[in-house]
Amino acid sequence: MDFFPLYNSLRIAILSAVIVFFLGIFCAYYVAKLPRLIKGILDVILTLPLVLPPTVVGYFILVFLSPRSVLGGWMMDMFNTRIIMTWYAAVIASSVVAFPLMYRTARGAFESFDMTLKYSAQTLGLSNTYIFWRITMPYCRQGIIAGTVLSFARALGEYGATAMVAGYIPGKTATISTTVYQLWRTNDNAGAFKWVMINLVISTVVLLAVNFFERTDVYGRRSTSAEN
Amino acid sequence: MSLDLKIRKDLGGFKLDLEVQAGNEVLALLGASGCGKSMTLRCISGIVTPDEGHIIVNGKTLFDSEKGINLSPQERHVGLLFQNYALFPNMTVEQNIMAGMNGFNISKREKKERVDQMIKTFYLEGLGKHKPAQLSGGQQQRVALARIMVSNPEILMLDEPFSALDSFLRWELEQELLRVLDNYGGTSIIVSHNRDEVYRISDHIAVMSDGRKDCFGDKESLFENPPTYQSAVLTGFKNFSHATYIDEHHIKAEEWNAVLYHEADKNIGMIALRPQPLKLAAGKGENTATFRVAKAIDNFDDVILVLTTPDNKSDVADADDFSWLTVSVLKQDYRPFEGDEYVNLLIDESNILVINGNS
Repeated sequence: MDFFPLYNSLRIAILSAVIVFFLGIFCAYYVAKLPRLIKGILDVILTLPLVLPPTVVGYFILVFLSPRSVLGGWMMDMFNTRIIMTWYAAVIASSVVAFPLMYRTARGAFESFDMTLKYSAQTLGLSNTYIFWRITMPYCRQGIIAGTVLSFARALGEYGATAMVAGYIPGKTATISTTVYQLWRTNDNAGAFKWVMINLVISTVVLLAVNFFERTDVYGRRSTSAEN
Repeated sequence: MSLDLKIRKDLGGFKLDLEVQAGNEVLALLGASGCGKSMTLRCISGIVTPDEGHIIVNGKTLFDSEKGINLSPQERHVGLLFQNYALFPNMTVEQNIMAGMNGFNISKREKKERVDQMIKTFYLEGLGKHKPAQLSGGQQQRVALARIMVSNPEILMLDEPFSALDSFLRWELEQELLRVLDNYGGTSIIVSHNRDEVYRISDHIAVMSDGRKDCFGDKESLFENPPTYQSAVLTGFKNFSHATYIDEHHIKAEEWNAVLYHEADKNIGMIALRPQPLKLAAGKGENTATFRVAKAIDNFDDVILVLTTPDNKSDVADADDFSWLTVSVLKQDYRPFEGDEYVNLLIDESNILVINGNS
């Protein structure tokens, strides 16, 4: 059995989760501070990939990155590289689709952050960088971990946009989800079933991890209970 | 050591406009919730920037709108104790106190020594490795105070320090806080809506109402003769009536419909009953006012009477209506008998506080 799709899916999901982790936290942190109107507009734009069909996301990625587009054409001319139909394209597609999950959970975490902690830290002379990494992030840790795990899971299960921008090239861009479809299409039911089971196991483990992090955190508080 | 503050801030529907000075003492900002007390502390500490004015602490300008000075909270070196203490939940007691010395140019060992010292001073022995969530409310407050004191603040500000505590803990913590304030020696500001707390802790009191300074004075004179309606309410006066001048020795209490003997001038606006037990008169006479008893509540050594004017037939007291009174009468004075639902309240000169009309 060729395990390339597993390896490919995992590297795509892990890379996407890393990208989305930083991008999501960055956007969540700064959007939460913006004036209401701009915040509302940006919020819609940044959440759109969550509700759009993945094919629409794939369409937009193609519009921006295909060799016939401005950016894709420029990449072709300058570096002689094509992004579309490579596994990088799948990373981009997965990142776009998973981004809103990270962004929204992180923003929720930042918004529930007790601002008096920040204020008291400032009056104690602690720098804003120190406050962000040593106080805000640990406080919001739970939401951020949950968001990361969810983003990873979403990226792992991405099909629509990935199929459009990376296609199915065995040994190059094939992921678990595109492999399942391909095997089923070619009447290899047994092969498809194997990959379905692998996918089920990974997803179950990930969801168990989400539940674990949501249930308890280092301070022994329940995340579901209202904190003041 | 001193504070010189004059700030204005428009908060949309609410304007903070305050001028206050304090020396080496405890200044209290007394006011109902939402009057701008906490906002004032936030302006001093730099969390909120006033629209205009100046804030000078110990000769150092923290904020001056004309000179364009606005130091960051980190540069101000002020100590602010938050209502919820704002301990960092992910850090132990030791780490929390250590955070108060983050910018200090001293060795790690010396920091550790100072932390140990603070833990001793604030009775936190054995709790150094605990997280804030594992501590009681009183212990949390002590950690927060230790963290502030270790940072050597230029000014100490306490925002409703006891509001998060059970009443039986309050007394103990208040005694501790008094000790801290005594040792501190600099300028301290305490924000509270509790008159007893304020009286015991502070030296001078600024009464705040609707974002403004209503009045200012040393605590004894302010509690004895509050000059304004707001200050009278906040220092425990409950029964008010609008009053008009009759002659130099007589005033008329409008809502109570009574003529009372008291030195008066034309500037009189209101009178209030001092919060002390009153006497009842056998009949109508000088300095009496007749009221209907809506409710008599039996206490251990006095009777609380809810009174209203004779023509008011309602039994539901309205706190905003001056024709309702709640007074205490000594038990031996109050002998109710059947059918007697009226009393003659004896209000003599010593029971009356006069509030001027323009306040």
